[in-house]
Amino acid sequence: MSENTAEFWRWKEYNWHDETVDPRDGEIISAGVDVGSVSSQAVVMIDGKLYAYSNMRTGSDSPDSARKAMNWALENTGLALDDIHYTVGTGYGRVNVPFADRAITEIACHARGGNLMYGPTVRTILDMGGQDCKAIHCDERGKVTNLLMNDKCAAGTGRGMEVFADLLAVSIEEVGDLSLDVEEEPPPVSSTCVVFAKSEASSLLREGWSKKRVLAAYCSAMAHRVVSLLDRIGMEKDFAITGGIAKNKGVVTRLERELKLTSMKSEYDTQIAGAIGAALFARALVEKQRKKVAK
Amino acid sequence: MKANYGYLDGSGEFFITIDTDLCIECTDHGCVDACPLGLFEIIVDDYDDDVAAIKEEHRKKLKYDCAPCKPVSDRPPLPCVEACAPGAVTHSW
Ligand code: SF4
Ligand code: SF4
Repeated sequence: MSENTAEFWRWKEYNWHDETVDPRDGEIISAGVDVGSVSSQAVVMIDGKLYAYSNMRTGSDSPDSARKAMNWALENTGLALDDIHYTVGTGYGRVNVPFADRAITEIACHARGGNLMYGPTVRTILDMGGQDCKAIHCDERGKVTNLLMNDKCAAGTGRGMEVFADLLAVSIEEVGDLSLDVEEEPPPVSSTCVVFAKSEASSLLREGWSKKRVLAAYCSAMAHRVVSLLDRIGMEKDFAITGGIAKNKGVVTRLERELKLTSMKSEYDTQIAGAIGAALFARALVEKQRKKVAK
Repeated sequence: MKANYGYLDGSGEFFITIDTDLCIECTDHGCVDACPLGLFEIIVDDYDDDVAAIKEEHRKKLKYDCAPCKPVSDRPPLPCVEACAPGAVTHSW
């Protein structure tokens, strides 16, 4: 008997840098490293503009993941860690970024990053991350005014979706599109708790439901669940979704349907919002230090 | 900033909300001593202000931790709410 060992949950890791920019022309080189429970991102900014980043899976060791993400972001840029003026660590593993000058929560960083990515009108940010879900309300400067974090279980998170992709043997990157390819929207699975939803999905498959229909029911349940979080912090129409799940059209479309709103779109990668925010904080902290010295 | 600590699960919503803008001017930090279980702590937040927060280890079990303060009938005022003169603390349940 052959065993199917394909890793359907595995998403593509990548790095990027702007080849048109000479980083040495900049005045402040700042960096943000977001070590999440599932993925890690490192961002390098030159005077507040995105210059380089990486996005990879978090390993079992947070300091090592932070180092790897940073090294990968710096690859082929001609920059070394020592060239960076200030680094802020954020995310679940923020205190384990060995080369960071300061740690700032991912909530403050997502709000700050979201402000750059979607513009100053953005007021409500939903970060659907690897193992938690955060609803953030912020002001025009990207300062948090109301926050709520649900990290009690993996339901409605990237990890929950990965477990589902594996169960149904569907590539994580196809889940969203496949879930939308149903003739009629099925009722959501009754539980978003990953453990219960898994057994519910297995029995639906046995009853003859197609994989697409089961995926639709799960995406719908995930969307439904986060709506109540957003309700608690107060929804405003300039609303954006960050994190890995923002790339899952199946969840985003259903969420927009429930909210009767279209989420704002950005040219930036939604997964690097926290790291962008951290790099922006880092830049502001360098400026603050320099002002102090100049006095 | 309104910081909501707690969770939402199949049995309901259990959040303690702290309006941390009110903590900035607060000097006595009454919430910290008032809570019999020591759920509150004063932290330096991301914007460098001293504000109250619910300790990490209690955030996922508020329903149970706060239960002794919330009898089903004849519920007295909650110690944490009463001790906070600026009115920064509210409970969702
Ligand atoms: S007593 Fe109220 S205002 Fe003062 S620190 Fe505690 S929660 Fe904040
Ligand atoms: S209800 Fe009681 S246990 Fe809960 S936070 Fe307030 S004082 Fe502490």
